[in-house]
Order: sequence, then C-alpha cells, then structure tokens
Amino acid sequence: MKLKNWKELAIGSVVPEAGNADSYNTGSWRTFRPAIIEENCIQCLFCWIYCPDSSIIVEEEKMVGFDYEHCKGCGICADVCPGKKGKKAIEMAEEGK
Amino acid sequence: MGKLLAVTGNQAMAEAMRQINPDVCAAYPITPSTEVMQRFSSFVADGAVDTELVTVESEHSAMSACIGAAAAGGRVMTATSSQGLALMWEMLHIASGNRIPIVLTLVNRALSAPLNIHGDHSDSMGARDCGWIQIYSENGQEAYDNLIQAVRIAEHEDVRLPAMVCMDGFIISHSIESMEYLDDQVVRDFIGSFTPTYPLLDNDNPVTYGPLVLPDYFIEFKKAQHEATMAARDVTLEVAKDFAKISGRSYGLFEDYKLDDADIALVILNSAAGTAKDVVDEFRNKGIKAGILKPRLFRPFPYEEVGDALKNTKAVAVLDRSDSYGGFGPGYMEIASALMINSSRPILINKIYGLGGRDFFPEHAGAVLNELKEIAATGNVKTFKEYIGYRD
Repeated sequence: MKLKNWKELAIGSVVPEAGNADSYNTGSWRTFRPAIIEENCIQCLFCWIYCPDSSIIVEEEKMVGFDYEHCKGCGICADVCPGKKGKKAIEMAEEGK
Repeated sequence: MGKLLAVTGNQAMAEAMRQINPDVCAAYPITPSTEVMQRFSSFVADGAVDTELVTVESEHSAMSACIGAAAAGGRVMTATSSQGLALMWEMLHIASGNRIPIVLTLVNRALSAPLNIHGDHSDSMGARDCGWIQIYSENGQEAYDNLIQAVRIAEHEDVRLPAMVCMDGFIISHSIESMEYLDDQVVRDFIGSFTPTYPLLDNDNPVTYGPLVLPDYFIEFKKAQHEATMAARDVTLEVAKDFAKISGRSYGLFEDYKLDDADIALVILNSAAGTAKDVVDEFRNKGIKAGILKPRLFRPFPYEEVGDALKNTKAVAVLDRSDSYGGFGPGYMEIASALMINSSRPILINKIYGLGGRDFFPEHAGAVLNELKEIAATGNVKTFKEYIGYRD
C-alpha cells in the first residue's frame, strides 16, 4: 500500500471512510489460534456474540470459521463455547506449532 | 458606526460573544475564570443568544466539551484564565491537533505558586507550544476587535485551528475604558456562518475523530498542522483588512509605534505597551529616536516582518511579563529568532517585569530606554537578562 503524503490526508487525522479498520490486518498480533472442531459445535453462536472483534464468520446463521486477518487470539470464543457433552467446539493452539 | 460606551474588558468580551452568538460554550463558571463567562451566562439566561451553555466541573472538562461540540459541527467559544488554562493544557493540544476551530478569551493572569490571581502572561506563554493561534490585545477595544476577528481566522478553511485572544488580567479585564461596540448585524455579517469540515452529526457521512496514528503517519499530520498555523499569518492580515472596513480600526501582525527611524526600541506586549508609548513620546520630545514594537499575532509568529521592522535599530529591549526560568523570557526568544533573519541587527537585551500584577510604571520604561541609549552609544551590555521593578 502506498502511504499518503501530508497534503493527501484529511485534516486533523479525521478518518473520513467509515469502517476502514477492516482493511488493517491485525491478525499478526495473535499468539494463540482458535480452531473449530465441527462435530462438537451446536451452532449456539455464543462465539459470535462474545467475540470482541468481528472475527467469527457466520453464513446462513451458521458459524463457519474465523477471520484470521483480524482475530487477535484472545480465546474468549473458546472459553464461552459450551460444546457438546463436555467437549469444546473451539480450541486454542499456540501459533507456529 | 456602533455605540461608544464605558465598559470593562470582561464586559467587552462577553458582549462580543453575545454578538457572535456561538452554538455552544462550555466553561467552568467560577474563578479562576473571570466574569466573562458569568456575564455571558446572563445573556444565555435572558434568551439573548441561542447558545447551549454547558457548565462543567473543571477546565479540563470545559475544553473537552468544547472539542466534542466543535467536532459535532458547532461554532464553539469559551473563556478562562490562569490555572484554568493550565488545567486545559492537555486538551489544548487535542483541539489543535484535531484542527478544531474553538475561540477562547484568555484573561492573562499569573500561574501559581505562589497563589496570585493578578495580571501576567505566564498562562498563555506556557501554552504557546499547544498549537493555538495567539492574538494579544493592549486594551478592551483591541480585545473586543480581536475576538471578532479570531472567529474568522480560526474558521478559515486554510487554517481550521483554535485561537485564543489574550488581554491583561485586572489592568484591562476589570478596568473601565471607553470603547466602541459594532452593531450586532455588522458583526454577524462579518463572521458569517460556520461550515464545519467533518461534522460528527452528519450521519450520512460518518467519520472517526481521534484515531491512533503511529510513526507511519504522525509526522505528516504535524507537518499539515504547522503549515495551517503558518497560513494563519496571511489570513490574519486578510481578516484585518475586512475588519478595517466595518470598524475604521486597522490591525496588523504587530503594531509599530514610531519605529521607522528609531535607534532604540522596546518590544512589549499588551497593556504595558500603552504605558511605554507615553514614555517613548517623552523621549522623542527630547530628540531621542525611540520606538515600540507591540506584538499582536504571537502564534504564528511573524519572524520576517518583525526582523525587518527592527533591523535598523541599534539596541532593543524585550520586556517580558513572564519568564522561562533559567532561560530568556518567551518574547526575547522570539525576537532573537526574528533578528537572525537579517545580517544587520541590534543588540538585544531582556527585562522581566510586572510578574503577578506588579505595576509597570513610566519610570520603568524610562530606565530601560536610558539603558538602551547607553548601549546604542557604547555597545557595552551590562547584562542581557534581568528582572526589573522588584525590591533588591
């Protein structure tokens, strides 16, 4: 991405395009990575509700995965996941292992 | 032409605010603020203005509320003094960095400790690096005129920066002088309406104010802020030209008083310049070519013009009503910088006077002018910086 010069910027560091944090990749901050174990998922969508980012991908009312470009690996989704019969549908694994 | 009245500086500023009729004022309504806001709150209570007056629990909150209201898209004003400005300090930078054109009346008063309350310039000089436009006023008339012009300067699309208009505490703020008010409609036509750049209340065009800006962009925003501040110099002159048409009173970047052929000169801000002008007249009567340079626009500082105005003098004293302890006074540092622009320049000395409201008498100005006369003749400087008007 070509960086703008001082004359090209909106004054006062105002961000005139709403929601452009989406184009800023923050997934590299992650040290733990969530993974889905589909057979344990009951589609309660607790993960989607609790995710402090918007990193749970839901399609047709079903949790289908994670937005790894923005997920920071906080682990809240794994923590709140009720799973099935005591077995979590989301588990955290250390990045790079 | 408008009405000629006998009023205090505080009354004049409250009257200018009534005529400007800002959308929002947020202020801490009691001391250390002077009665500018108290008087303005009467206008609000009487329905004489359309202003939403937000009385908050501190000046930090006052400036924060002003920033929010101005970012929302309003024309915003406030007033404070002394510790009040000091408590706003963090938010002063937020206002200028976000390029928010708030206009503030500052009644110049000493900063504690010791606890004082009287007139000196330590409050505004302490805030001179906060990115605000600073305009200084000798008397109530100038303060009133400057406040009306400041609205146009701050809101100008090349500038979009906050501005403070300064006048001396008590000496001007509480003293009655005769002055002329412009007609309400003349003031309103002069300032026009305010069109904000990125109003937060424009729901069709949502924007973010105050994002985190890291090393990849921070200096670009600061470069833009510096250029906008520099642009305020030309805008100030342009606005002054228009103001002369409605008032018959002309303003520049600074006032030069008998400076054209002067051998010796005083550089002095605000009310004390009035006292010094009388003394310069006495020296002129004795055949001594003395003059005065009274800065008006202090931020941005007009270095080239000031340097040119002083280049043919032989000796100049900058009289500062505030100090940078362990350094030279703030005015001296600016004048010294301005003189570097030309190869011919006078000898420059610094006097610190009038701190905490200590009176500045004609004999103080006379003693400094006599010292300058001696320096101009001999080239010998006893001391470059010293306090005057104190018990030794």
